[in-house]
Amino acid sequence: MSDTPPRLGLRGISKRFPGVLANDNVSFEVKAGEIHALLGENGAGKSTLVKMIYGIMQPDAGEISWNGERVVIPNPKVARKLGIGMVFQHFSLFEALTVLENIALGMDAKIPQRELEGRIKQVMEQYGLTLDPRRIVSDLSVGERQRIEIVRALLSNPTLLIMDEPTSVLTPQEVEQLFVVLRQLAKEGCSILYISHKLHEIKALCETATILRGGKLVDTCDPRVETSRSMAEKMIGGNLRDIHKPAGRSFGREKLVVTELSMPGLGHFGMSLKDISFRAHAGEIFGIAGVAGNGQTALLLALSGEATTDDAQAIRIEGEEIGGLNAKQRRLKGLASVPEERNGHAAVPDFTLSDNSVLTGRDRLRLAISGIIRPGRARRYTGEVISAFDVKTTGTEATAGSLSGGNLQKYIMGREILQKPQVLVVSQPTWGVDAGAAAAIHQALVDLAAAGSAIVIISQDLDELLQLCDTLAVINGGRLSRAMKVSEADINEIGLLMGGIHGEGAAAAPSAPAPSAIGAEATSAA
Amino acid sequence: MRLRLEKRQEPSRLMVVVTPIAAVLLTMLIGVIVFDAIGINGQKAVVDIFLTPLLASYKWQDVAVKAAPLIIIALGLSIGNRANVWNIGAEGQYIIGALCAAGVGIAAGGAGGPVIVMLMVLAGVAGGAAWAAIPAALRTRFSVNEILSSLMLTYVATQILGYLVGGPWKDPNGRNFPATAPLIPDQTLPILVPGTTIHLGVLIAVILPFVFWAIMARSVFGFQIRVVGSAPQAARHGGFDSKQTIWLAMLIGGGMAGLAGSLEFTGALKAINLGFPSGYGFTAIIVSFLGRLHPIGCLIAGIVLADTYVGGQLAKTSVHIPDSTAGIFQAMMLFFILASDIFVRYRLRIVRTQKAAPAMAAGE
Repeated sequence: MSDTPPRLGLRGISKRFPGVLANDNVSFEVKAGEIHALLGENGAGKSTLVKMIYGIMQPDAGEISWNGERVVIPNPKVARKLGIGMVFQHFSLFEALTVLENIALGMDAKIPQRELEGRIKQVMEQYGLTLDPRRIVSDLSVGERQRIEIVRALLSNPTLLIMDEPTSVLTPQEVEQLFVVLRQLAKEGCSILYISHKLHEIKALCETATILRGGKLVDTCDPRVETSRSMAEKMIGGNLRDIHKPAGRSFGREKLVVTELSMPGLGHFGMSLKDISFRAHAGEIFGIAGVAGNGQTALLLALSGEATTDDAQAIRIEGEEIGGLNAKQRRLKGLASVPEERNGHAAVPDFTLSDNSVLTGRDRLRLAISGIIRPGRARRYTGEVISAFDVKTTGTEATAGSLSGGNLQKYIMGREILQKPQVLVVSQPTWGVDAGAAAAIHQALVDLAAAGSAIVIISQDLDELLQLCDTLAVINGGRLSRAMKVSEADINEIGLLMGGIHGEGAAAAPSAPAPSAIGAEATSAA
Repeated sequence: MRLRLEKRQEPSRLMVVVTPIAAVLLTMLIGVIVFDAIGINGQKAVVDIFLTPLLASYKWQDVAVKAAPLIIIALGLSIGNRANVWNIGAEGQYIIGALCAAGVGIAAGGAGGPVIVMLMVLAGVAGGAAWAAIPAALRTRFSVNEILSSLMLTYVATQILGYLVGGPWKDPNGRNFPATAPLIPDQTLPILVPGTTIHLGVLIAVILPFVFWAIMARSVFGFQIRVVGSAPQAARHGGFDSKQTIWLAMLIGGGMAGLAGSLEFTGALKAINLGFPSGYGFTAIIVSFLGRLHPIGCLIAGIVLADTYVGGQLAKTSVHIPDSTAGIFQAMMLFFILASDIFVRYRLRIVRTQKAAPAMAAGE
């Protein structure tokens, strides 16, 4: 066994981008049939590294070997020919086409449709992936869409499968199903390179973990013997901060009341909202869980005022009806929001941070008075945000686009929190943010709630919600479940609610593999 | 060795200024080469078109009078272009503006004086804005593409002009030419420099860019326009209404074109005939982009484009080329400025390719 060459070997791989060394002399090996985790914060260089393995980018220095032989992989087609398959974080699927058509479009070789359908069915049977090849992609859940990508990758019989953050869009039950497939693949000799920052998943799945930080390889360890905390600290290169939640919290008055809110979906494939009702009290952190694409975007827009409704009483803040008000007017009433997309939605990338403060703070903070912007006040406020939230930037006149994801998110959260809103609605507050920044953002949210504001967090990261929230509801198919106390919530029930109507068929057997490991880990953290 | 485009971390401020200048210089260079190739003295043609109008003092007034409408229209269009509202119909709004001014003048009969002139100019602004309101309404109500509707309305405006100057407004003493009667002196704009053709409109064209600059840089309205153009979703997040932005951008664009039309009519031409639409509304689109959608840029670019207009007429007599040659140069400038835009966000880098020997197991 020991003299078999590794499936994949990297030696001294370096890649430089303008202003940043994305990979610095990275070397590691992936053995045949091994499930190998590639772990690191955002911006640690994981994606760059796998893009070079898959032939999308070329390394500036270093060499790649495949089964012991040195290879150059100039493009993904060559990578696939070698036996490397990849499932991307963002799917490349045409919504209006069927599963079969989508797979046919992605194949290198032209295969007659009937033959292809037969092969798809065979692969699905082999790995227990259920999916009707004739269904239209737009009708599928995210988990089902991911299955298409997996099937597409498996059709070329890969001996190395790269998975880039595959579970970020899945329900706990879907994650379990995915792991079953990956373990089976590994048993058959296929190596798997698994990219993630979810430590408990890596502990449950992987045999080896390679940890990157700032483009450098900092450690290789066996995740089964490490703790989540020890790996997290290796990942961020420091001590993990704990979140201090005041004990014995009680809630005050109702701040935000949503009553039977219905909204049409955005665009052709957008999910509409149906009869959403919930209430958030002063001091309460209210979480909305759910798999991506179940109406979260529409809900955020409806609450922030970017979409308005004729039914003014559907949304009330401190008793006042605000359903018909736009974002600017709602801010004046005390409702601030942070959408999930930072660049181009929460902030204008080409604008300076000062100008971005004017974007949402101009009325509440009087950064503009009778139609004239006050640059001095805007700079001063931006300076306060930068120092209070420890934003790493060259100053208030740096463009928002020049900040890293985590720093920009800290700035945006700070910009809203320092306005002391009565209600703050946040979507994916720590999406793509490094662990250090995530901890700072979580603490700021807890502090804002403690100061008497009501906070609504819409997130796909269930662990985050279980850790932060007092109350939790699940959105699925544009409907919101009843609210439950997090302390009494049952992870299994939440998972089933997340799977909801979509899960039928696919997640029909979910009751069997209870994702107890995930539940235990997450709740103990909270 | 090969060339590679690399994204800059920040847009280059230097390139924002350098590329328009480079576009003008490249246009001149290509001009020399092309004219030489077809057997015309290229150097002389280019010097006549670009430099003579600026060097010969007796041509300055022509340049100033021609630059004024270009600058004024371009200022209005820049607002729209910044907000991604594409008003291509400034020519039509310019025509309607002039016709509205003429209508007020005719209605006033023999009366004149500053108040009447002011009313004429204001009517021009209102007329241009009203003409632009049609594509704005179509866009916000029915999502009709404003590029097409505003452009097509230009041809409608030309027909209206033809009808009015050939029919109801035709000068009874005009030997049956389709043209309005010349304005009485009391209904014209004052001449600023005695003995020249430089009228009050030229002064307005010099002042307005600074007003627009202040508005764009410091007002919430200017902020709104910039956000909508740069990140429409962020504009909605900031509570700016996209329909309102479209309306404002169209009305300002149309109003400025109408202003330019009425100033040109009351200040320079003093009568409207079939030749009144001379393409200022289209050339102003080039001015707006050559000036980087910046008010002061529009001022400079307006002078450059006016220079080529005047120079084109000069070259007609000196090197015997049609004056539409100026149009070719203007188009070339627009082409180069749009093409060189990439250098604001990217830099060109020469990279040495280490011979990527495809040593992979390609044989199988």
